Amino acid sequence: MGASVPSEASGAGGPARSFATTVSSALAPVTGVLRSLEIDTRMLGMIAALIVIWISFNIVSGGNFLTARNLWNLSVQSASIAIMATGMVLIIVSRNIDLSVGSMLGFLGYTMAMIQAVWIPKNLGLGFEQPYAWVITLVIGIALGFAVGGLQGFIVAFGGVPSFIVTLGGLLVWRGLLFRYAQGQTIAPLDTTFQMLGGGTVGTRVGALGEWPSWILGALICLGIVGTLIASRRRKRRYGFPVRPMWAEVLVGVVACGVVIGTVWVANNYPLPPAVAEQYAQEHGIQAPPGGLFIPTGVAFPVVIMLIVTLVVTFLATRRRFGRYVYAIGGNPDAAALAGINVRRTIMLTFALMGSLAAVSAAVQTARLNAAVTSLGTQNELDVISAAVIGGTSFSGGIGTVPGAILGAVVMQSLRSGMVLLLVDSPTQDIVVGIVLVAAVGLDALFRRRVS
Amino acid sequence: MLIHTTDAPGVTPQRVPLVELRNIHVAFGGVRAVAGVTLDLYPGEVVGVVGGNGAGKTTLMRTLSGARPPDSGQILLNGQPVMIGNPRDAKTLGIETIYQTLALADNLDAPANVFLGRELEAAATLDDSAMESAARKVIGRLNPNFKNFKTPVLRLSGGQRQAVAIARAIHFNARALIMDEPTAALGPAETAQVHDLIRQLKSEGIGIFLVSHDIHDVFDLSERISVMYHGKLVETVNKNDVTTDEVLGMIILGKPPTKLTRQELAELHG
Repeated sequence: MGASVPSEASGAGGPARSFATTVSSALAPVTGVLRSLEIDTRMLGMIAALIVIWISFNIVSGGNFLTARNLWNLSVQSASIAIMATGMVLIIVSRNIDLSVGSMLGFLGYTMAMIQAVWIPKNLGLGFEQPYAWVITLVIGIALGFAVGGLQGFIVAFGGVPSFIVTLGGLLVWRGLLFRYAQGQTIAPLDTTFQMLGGGTVGTRVGALGEWPSWILGALICLGIVGTLIASRRRKRRYGFPVRPMWAEVLVGVVACGVVIGTVWVANNYPLPPAVAEQYAQEHGIQAPPGGLFIPTGVAFPVVIMLIVTLVVTFLATRRRFGRYVYAIGGNPDAAALAGINVRRTIMLTFALMGSLAAVSAAVQTARLNAAVTSLGTQNELDVISAAVIGGTSFSGGIGTVPGAILGAVVMQSLRSGMVLLLVDSPTQDIVVGIVLVAAVGLDALFRRRVS
Repeated sequence: MLIHTTDAPGVTPQRVPLVELRNIHVAFGGVRAVAGVTLDLYPGEVVGVVGGNGAGKTTLMRTLSGARPPDSGQILLNGQPVMIGNPRDAKTLGIETIYQTLALADNLDAPANVFLGRELEAAATLDDSAMESAARKVIGRLNPNFKNFKTPVLRLSGGQRQAVAIARAIHFNARALIMDEPTAALGPAETAQVHDLIRQLKSEGIGIFLVSHDIHDVFDLSERISVMYHGKLVETVNKNDVTTDEVLGMIILGKPPTKLTRQELAELHG
């Protein structure tokens, strides 16, 4: 791409160098604007890539990609990978890796299914469909994930065994344990309230917020964005630090809120399946209009869970000492230790957090499937690591953001879902995703060399 | 061991040393990096620690900064024995270190590095604005031209990085300071700045161990000079009692000038 530009320019009579200068001077106002906006250019590049992917798929598929239905499904499919990718960012930032997330997910998901479908109803004799079953399942699952991840972290941090080895062992051990105690059995069905966590429908109950709660959620997020912008500006003013120009502040707020409102709008444009809508209408005595009843689905619960996880992990990563230490360790482990940071404890906690997030994803995946199978989460580690890396997390440590990883997960899932729409077979999908992964990291490395 | 007298203003031999290292031993496997070294440091005094490569200067200083606790020996602060098991202990006791490598987290910005491990918090979250404000003050004192408070320190110049490392050491009201090759990476102007800073800190009553290869730096700044050779202390001398050549002789041959033979002296001077 870059090579063809100078040849065209020289073909037009002008030397390549003057072309380059023209381009850079033409871009000067753009870079100036970017600087005023104080937005990460890498993040902006990823958003641009995502838009290109979406529009291309939409054109090639004849308008089937950018539909409310497809985007809603895309959001649900991205959620479970994105949830784990937020934790993987912190692991990779601190110069470690967790290969065991897929196996942990399988093991935790199966255990959580056992809790609600076997242990509480049968072993404790309390019966199915207890209203509290989903909460207990979730709490025990997350705690178990914390312990399982923490154990691996303990071996990495205090045992001095490289994380690659520990979690490679974990990949085998957790899956093996799962096979042993599952004996090939699938646990199904699950508690119906628990199933809501997956975003599916049971009867007329839907695993999504519905129309008005979705709008309220959107409004709350927008309020949060505006509030954060104002608070940050006030704080900077108080200390006399430079602030963004007012127009930039407004632009950032408008664009961010626009994205939030647009997302809610798309989710509310995806109607419930006709059969569900009909049943709902019957139950509530609504007369269905001739064209069929349009009941908005709203933002899916897996997406709501992902938003909560993103908020929590971003807070840990950027507003707490824990996160600061994770980044410091990734930047220079010796310096972190000499600064008095408890490096081992911090590393152990990143793995424990990863385990908890694997449990949350396990809940979403088993709920969506309405079953726990022994193959649950197989190869998820590859998707999660890819999402983090495509999202700008560097294997040399110290660099990576939680929102970037979320975007990375959406980019990956967009590629897969678009190729499914185009009836691309699964091996070819793998080839494309593999190439994109390498290309993304390669381009990033090239870009960074240019800058420095 | 000699009885030290010092001509630093206001310092009398009877006073209790700020820091005493007594009979410190450190071994790495079979290598005795530091073998029975005793040193002391008075408030408002600079003690130069010199020696060739592998003489054990840095290892000795790392026992005081908590980076590598000694295998045996005692550390006293104001006459009281203290346990320094890790860098946090040392900092709590008011012993700050500027490492030769600077020990900066390259991916973090200057305020984050200054407060690394000692972050300011408000409502259980990091108070980045307060840290930046404080970092601007302390770094501004060292280098008024320093502007890049938001960029990762990786992208700063050698002098600016040094300023960040020094700011981190002096911001927390240190009583004793260890400076390991503080000017090795600096140009002449920046070196002069660091020299001014050392004199200023000295006048504030801070004791400084200055580890350096540069014998002229050491003669410029210190009251006493401790020479190390193969993990042992050759001798601690008053700067005014010796010449640079004599100190060089001690560094190279590992013997006090009084014990040098005529032949050794001749060889030393070519």
